[in-house]
Amino acid sequence: MQLDGLSGREPLLVDVEGSNRRDFVKVALMAGAAVGLPAALSAQIAEAAVKGVKPSVIWLHFQECTGCTESLLRTSHPDVAELILDLISLDYHETLFAAAGHQAEAALKKTMKDHEGKYVLVVEGAIPTKENGIYCQIGGRTAVDILNEVAGKAGAIIAIGSCASWGGIPSAEPNPTGATGAPMILKGKTVVTIPGCPANPYNLLGTVLQFATLGTLPALDEKGRPKFAYGRTIHEHCPRRAHFDAGRFVQKFGDEGHRQGWCLYKTGCKGPATHANCSVLPFAEVPDAWPIGIGHPCFGCTEQALAFRKPLHDTVDVERPTPPDTYAPLHAPMGKVAPIATGVAGLIGGALLGAGWAASKKLGTTEEASKEPRKEA
Amino acid sequence: MSAVLHRPAPLGGPVLTKGTRTLVVLATIGVAAMIFRFAAGLGGATALNDGYPWGLWIAFDVVTGTALGCGGYAVALLVYVLNKGEFHPAVRPALLTGALGYSLAAVSILLDVGRPWLLHRVPLYVNHWNYNSALFEVALCVMTYVAVLWVEVSPSFLEAWKKGPAGLKKSLGDNFLPVVEKALPFVIALGLLLPTMHQSSLGTLMLLSGKKLHALWSTPLLPLLFLISCLAMGYAVVIFESTLSSVAFRRPREGKMLAALGKVVVPFLWAWAGIRLVDVVLRGKLALFAKPDGYVLLFLVEMALIVVPAVMLASPARRADAGALFRAALLMILAGTLYRIDTFIVAFRPGAQYAYFPSLAEILATVGIVAIEILAYVFFVKRFPILTGAAPAQTAAASQVR
Amino acid sequence: MTLDRRSLLTGAAATAATAVAVATRGAEAAVPTAPPDAVGLLYDTTLCIGCKTCVVACREANGKKPDTSNSNGLWDAPLDLNGQTKNIIKLYKDPDSPQRSYFKAQCMHCVDPACVGACMIGALQKREKGIVTYKQEYCSGCRYCQVACPFEIPKFEWSAKAPLMVKCELCNHRLAEGKLPGCVEVCPRKAVIYGTREALLADAKKRIADHPDRYRGYKDGDAPRVFGETDGGGTQCLVLSHVPYEKLGLPALEETSQANATRSIQHGIYQGFIAPIALYAVLGAVVFRNKKKQDEDGGAA
Repeated sequence: MQLDGLSGREPLLVDVEGSNRRDFVKVALMAGAAVGLPAALSAQIAEAAVKGVKPSVIWLHFQECTGCTESLLRTSHPDVAELILDLISLDYHETLFAAAGHQAEAALKKTMKDHEGKYVLVVEGAIPTKENGIYCQIGGRTAVDILNEVAGKAGAIIAIGSCASWGGIPSAEPNPTGATGAPMILKGKTVVTIPGCPANPYNLLGTVLQFATLGTLPALDEKGRPKFAYGRTIHEHCPRRAHFDAGRFVQKFGDEGHRQGWCLYKTGCKGPATHANCSVLPFAEVPDAWPIGIGHPCFGCTEQALAFRKPLHDTVDVERPTPPDTYAPLHAPMGKVAPIATGVAGLIGGALLGAGWAASKKLGTTEEASKEPRKEA
Repeated sequence: MSAVLHRPAPLGGPVLTKGTRTLVVLATIGVAAMIFRFAAGLGGATALNDGYPWGLWIAFDVVTGTALGCGGYAVALLVYVLNKGEFHPAVRPALLTGALGYSLAAVSILLDVGRPWLLHRVPLYVNHWNYNSALFEVALCVMTYVAVLWVEVSPSFLEAWKKGPAGLKKSLGDNFLPVVEKALPFVIALGLLLPTMHQSSLGTLMLLSGKKLHALWSTPLLPLLFLISCLAMGYAVVIFESTLSSVAFRRPREGKMLAALGKVVVPFLWAWAGIRLVDVVLRGKLALFAKPDGYVLLFLVEMALIVVPAVMLASPARRADAGALFRAALLMILAGTLYRIDTFIVAFRPGAQYAYFPSLAEILATVGIVAIEILAYVFFVKRFPILTGAAPAQTAAASQVR
Repeated sequence: MTLDRRSLLTGAAATAATAVAVATRGAEAAVPTAPPDAVGLLYDTTLCIGCKTCVVACREANGKKPDTSNSNGLWDAPLDLNGQTKNIIKLYKDPDSPQRSYFKAQCMHCVDPACVGACMIGALQKREKGIVTYKQEYCSGCRYCQVACPFEIPKFEWSAKAPLMVKCELCNHRLAEGKLPGCVEVCPRKAVIYGTREALLADAKKRIADHPDRYRGYKDGDAPRVFGETDGGGTQCLVLSHVPYEKLGLPALEETSQANATRSIQHGIYQGFIAPIALYAVLGAVVFRNKKKQDEDGGAA
């Protein structure tokens, strides 16, 4: 409804028999492949979309910068922004809405009623909890209330971005608003989290498409992150990995190693502990459009323990260490001699020898003494 | 020869003196080091590593410690097998030293093994016994021998308790002394057999390390050399200990007996040095002396430490000289100690990449164990009839150790 | 007194004679051979590219954590086999020439292993297919196996509170499931292969026959041969190399095992416990007689 006016041109799927359809299938395949769905399934997604089976999506904004939405819209090749607008029925989205005020509220109510138990809820932004959540209100209601109400009737809940996943920047120390993530509010419900600052839109797309087509959610890790995107660390697919294995490190920004594109670990790269697919799925299809690509260490935006918590240039532990490009020598030195121990041993040895000698000297006299009648007793 | 033998009697007097207080301090530090070993683990507390899995505790506390505890074995051999009654006064103190030495060697084993709580399985898992393992044989023999030694020493306690006030101890003394006395010949025979077995097996132990042990030490005759040397060390320890206790406790020295012991030990020394030399020659290792290195030097030092006391003790005058006899005993003890430490650590060469020198904790624990041993010795000789022909201790101040 | 010395010397000489006799008998004792179903590995340095995939696969197969202790947590870079590393690829560099070789260090699964001879109640034993396996319930952590092993293979968990011995057990748990050892399964160049000792030995000899110039012997200039065919009484894991074995740090061993030499002494003395029992009987009789006599003379025990 509202979306028609928004897109400003003919919807992509109108001419399904022509080249647009072919493009669409191609893009659906690519999107499916990107998120690790089998090719047959991608075709199925495309077919479903062609038939107009579009999942209804409600997109809530709380404490955020809208970066995740922006990122989604800037996906340029293929034109994912448009695609998702046609693949899904985005029935409520505060940024992309033409409607405002009561009109918008009415749209939300209607969607929730029409698609009860089937619509997908996407949450963007953290939820403040201090002072009964007064720090973020829409239409006079707190974020906590809105979230609880909309999530209650949703078919699937997705938290996009680090803010919605666990609180993100708003929750950084000292966290004045008590900001937290959607999973912390919606305890007991399955919340797919797609952390990232911003999140890679493909990861959202894949999750939504799978739900729309198959009615299932992708396999998740213990933090609710789809394993297809967050199963491995940045380090494991890093384009600079060879430099790490060879021990070639940037020591400080602007040094020779930095110019040569060496490993950024020592400048605080969080890649070895950060689960994300940035290194294999570029943002907005722009090669190197991510921190390590531009010569900055990964700052661990998908990890609650790292992003906005661990100082930017502090190093992290390597999660799954593997052998380097170097080898053990045939005979590696082992065992050390503690100087203090040798000193003590020397003292004891010397004392014993000295005592032995002294005792033997003394004995001569004792012997003579004992030849005489004993003085005492 | 047929001099009237005195009966052993307790020395009496306070156990805590200036000397023993120092020992208590050393023992306490040692116990702390032992606790540290269990808190920090073997890797944290010791300098042991995969190349030198055995260090000070095995080479000194166990292998040398038990050899130094062979006085009882060596003297019993003289008294009971060769029927030399004149050495009788040396039996009880030597057996006590042996019992203490072996018991504390057992403590060191508990410190050294990684999983001491499974050690009881060695004697109990009969179906799994590995008769090929020299260490297995050593373990069983040492465990049994500790018990045998305490039975051999037990008449001292039982006699003391029998004379003491009525009570549990007295009834123990009354009831068990006759039993032990009757069984003693067979226990003594066991006490002769077991050290013969395990002291030789201690040598066999290192034979299995093959070429990792330097050629000057690695020989099929290791068991024999260890057996002979433990007897030499046993006699040396008896001389050492008897002389020291006569000084420390202001008692008349058993000069004649010790001089005789000094004579007995000579053939053992010659056999030890001679067999080693002949063995090195027969195995064609003389060539090593063409290019003298540290090992050759060490070998020569060891040989000198054996030969010098042998020469010294050849002279009756020196044997009668308390100082010279004591020095010879010290040299023999040093020879046996060095031979064992060399065989187990210095001449053991797992590879040039490995290094070992005992850690502070290892050294302090060893010092502590020796301190405990001396303390226990002082305690026993003052409270129980161990030493023979003793005049009661004069004053507390007079009795000091070393 | 002359009597003393003579009897003591005679005694010592008799013991020496026994020991020598026993030692010589040892050489004649039957040398153990590999069981007919003995399995092992064949590692060929000419095929190895040093990718260390086997090192990682070994960790996974045996549930061992990566060893980052030498690299500030960055790499799985053990310096040698250790309490958490059963398999390692080492690098040999000739200081005087560009000659290089990788070397896969691991348990050789000796035909007559010293560690098994050392182990008090059989924690280490040759079990199915001649594989030397470890059962921790019989291990008291005495580390005699480490003293004994000529290849320096068994490693100790030095920092553990309940330390175990760690060594390659040829992935016998995987073999039982019909799988290959971890290292063999992942090797991209078949530089290490698994099979019966017999087949591997034949394969190795054929490789030498086909490419006599490619392989070397123990020392520079030696005729090419398979390491482990006879070394130390033979091993079930065999090595072929383009660099003399000596340079790869493999020890120069006799053709009979050290375990055999020691065993013959232990057996010679303790066979059926006859010698100790006989000695005990004699000692008992002598002591009984002498002690009785001495007690009658008025001495005290």
